[in-house]
Amino acid sequence: MPTAVEVRGLKAWFGKTEALHGIDMTVESNHATAVIGPSGCGKSTFIRCLNRMHETNPEAKAEGQVHIGGTDIYGVPAVDVRRRVGMVFQKPNPFPTMSIYDNVAAGLKLNGTRSRQTLDEAVERSLQQAAIWDEVKDVLKKKSGASLSGGQQQRLCIARALAVNPEVLLMDEPASALDPISTAKIEDLIFELKQKLTIVIVTHNMQQASRVAEYTGFFLMGDLVEFDKTEKIFTNPSDKRTEDYITGRFG
Amino acid sequence: MPSKYVQIRRRVIDHFFTGLAASLSVVVVGALVAIFAYLVIRGAGSLNWDFLTKIPKPVGENGGGMANALVGSIMILAIASTIGVPFGIAAGVYLAEFGRGRLGKLVRFTADVLNGVPSIVIGLVAWGLVVVRQQHFSALAGGVALAIMMVPTISRTTESMLLLVPHSVREAAFGLGIPQWRTIVSIVVPSARAGIITGVMLAFARIAGETAPLIFTAFGNQFWSLSPNQPIAALPLQIYTYALSAYDEWHRLAWAGSLILVVMIVGTTSLVRFVFLRRMLGGAR
Amino acid sequence: MTTAQKAPAWYRSFWNLDAAFRGLMTLAAVAVLAIVGLILAELMQRSSLAWHAFGLHFFFNSAWDPVSGSFGALPFIYGTVVSSLIALVIAVPLAIAVAVFTTEMCPRPLRKPIAFATELLAAIPSVIYGLWAMFILVPIFRVYVEPFCIKYLGWSGLFAGQPYGIGMLTAGTVLAIMIIPIISSIAREVLLVVPQNQREAALALGATRWEMIRVAVLGNARAGIVGAIILGLGRALGETIAVTMVIGNTPQIAKSLLAPGYTMASVLANEFAEATDDLYRSALVEVGLALFIVTIVVNILAGLLVWSVTRGNPVSSHAQ
Repeated sequence: MPTAVEVRGLKAWFGKTEALHGIDMTVESNHATAVIGPSGCGKSTFIRCLNRMHETNPEAKAEGQVHIGGTDIYGVPAVDVRRRVGMVFQKPNPFPTMSIYDNVAAGLKLNGTRSRQTLDEAVERSLQQAAIWDEVKDVLKKKSGASLSGGQQQRLCIARALAVNPEVLLMDEPASALDPISTAKIEDLIFELKQKLTIVIVTHNMQQASRVAEYTGFFLMGDLVEFDKTEKIFTNPSDKRTEDYITGRFG
Repeated sequence: MPSKYVQIRRRVIDHFFTGLAASLSVVVVGALVAIFAYLVIRGAGSLNWDFLTKIPKPVGENGGGMANALVGSIMILAIASTIGVPFGIAAGVYLAEFGRGRLGKLVRFTADVLNGVPSIVIGLVAWGLVVVRQQHFSALAGGVALAIMMVPTISRTTESMLLLVPHSVREAAFGLGIPQWRTIVSIVVPSARAGIITGVMLAFARIAGETAPLIFTAFGNQFWSLSPNQPIAALPLQIYTYALSAYDEWHRLAWAGSLILVVMIVGTTSLVRFVFLRRMLGGAR
Repeated sequence: MTTAQKAPAWYRSFWNLDAAFRGLMTLAAVAVLAIVGLILAELMQRSSLAWHAFGLHFFFNSAWDPVSGSFGALPFIYGTVVSSLIALVIAVPLAIAVAVFTTEMCPRPLRKPIAFATELLAAIPSVIYGLWAMFILVPIFRVYVEPFCIKYLGWSGLFAGQPYGIGMLTAGTVLAIMIIPIISSIAREVLLVVPQNQREAALALGATRWEMIRVAVLGNARAGIVGAIILGLGRALGETIAVTMVIGNTPQIAKSLLAPGYTMASVLANEFAEATDDLYRSALVEVGLALFIVTIVVNILAGLLVWSVTRGNPVSSHAQ
């Protein structure tokens, strides 16, 4: 099976501090890969390197190779990378001054899509994929993005990211700010979505990782300590540090 | 995948707006430079000892200075500060220590409104309150007008500075049995002292350059005057009068006076804002 | 401890002092309210003569002739509005450009210096702007700018007549320079308040930097920027000295922007000290009252807009 994301020797810095010390990872397409680890281990930094968001921080630097769908993301403009790699953030961030429709259509409009029909179809498709279509279909243009509940806002953000048809979807602790019911809805979403695209999800919730991801990578202090099938990581980890984290000895 | 053409256009638009914003910023900074440059060019040559010590010569004669205006300004500012500073600080103390309720909100709102009132209107009111009663123009009237303008600025900055003092300081004092008035006067206000002083300095610098409120209160004076009950010259007012006159000699004096005024005001304001405030607020601004 | 026993004298006196102190501070605060009330009362009382003489017609009459006792404020209203609008048209693009440039685009080390330079413009007293405008700007307008406008833009009817150098356009230009720092500093505050994750949301969709600014930053800060502009308008409406020095002080309503004009604040500055009879003075005070009310309304509107975006976080005092 072709790999979606291929990472070789990825290093990242914030100013003088080295946050990632050379990561090698292969992410399978049409699967969900979880990234776990204690706070400050570099998991957020890692996935933000995958869509070149890391460099939006003025003191940030990254080195190494990241190939997505065969293309080296540091060889093409960042704008193009981010179109093909979507991102959902920890805190839902819909554009508050735009309607639900405009939020979802935002990415497409930026890329030059003008046709009302194309936009309508894409908006409906994305909201369906994000399992929120039925809840908002009557108020698409009347309600603003910010007037929804937290869980709905996050699904709206997922729809917005999906509307541009990315190959990979990065999710940075997408449910950590949400209630259990919304969290469950989002986990169900991930099951559906990974049939069409590749998902990399950062989570501090180990149960969530074992629920949704086939593969898991354990990060500790900027190193990828262990990367394997989720089942193996959680039942029979190879590295003692992984075992200590799983069993709750730290983090 | 969007067309190559669209992607190029987006990049061009991005660069265009960056360039536009940069150029317009240069224009704005350029205006500043232009103003300062001309002030120096036109004014520096006329700054001499005569300027600082002599009063204006009669029309047509060369030489003379603006000494009376300098002294007059100091006098008006002193009167204004004597009235406005205690007033403003007291109002600020009220807002910070007692003003969390409706009256506080109303006062805060009104202070902001007062801040926006055109200075000529304030001059008009001071005219009505003081000049009409006294039947003559006076330094006092000018001082009152400027004092009114100081109050909103001083009260708001005093309030901000007092609010920066952590509540735990007050609680520690109460715990020791110190009454509230004593806590505020002897503990809270002194610890906010630096900030309050900078607020006063900023207000002072602002009114030092005001002309409009003095036109029909202090009125101006060609001669020496040290009486608060007489019309008196003030630097901005004198500059205004001279600039509008038809005499080149007076224009020359106006430029020199402007240079002094700008250096003092802009110097004070920058010093205050970027040295003291930055240090005090820990670089928050 | 028996009841009905009075607290010791020292204890009681402390309580009284507290109350007295609080009363004193409250007095100072209430005095702020009283000042505004006093302003209103003074203006209304001293303008009542003119009000009773002319009524509302005062604001629609365009003849201002102190000699014959005919007073109409329309030319001043026109002058104030037009000069302020010209100022806005020039200042707003410049101010927003500086705000956007210094918050989103410019290299970090340059941000504070440029913002500082812009705010330095706010510290320069009005009379100095006037002096500079009179001797530097006016000749430039008379020799270059106005003939250019007449030649190439005269078809619009807005640029006609003799290029005096002084007039509405020059006054509007000086006003523009004076209000740029206010609009820009508040716009900066409002832009800085936009949460970082909004910018990231736009970037993650593949937006270019300008698109990110347009969609996430300006879109979010819209109301506040409008508030900043209106605040600039409020300042422009009340500005007196610099305008008086270059507007020409002629009470007329002319279509051409190059024509001399007169503003509400200018007529007060120029004519009040010389006003001889009571009706004249009262008419002038009425102009002052109108100016007072208009600037207050505009400033309140602006304040509400800015507050709604920054949610009560204090807008810095160096806005005024």
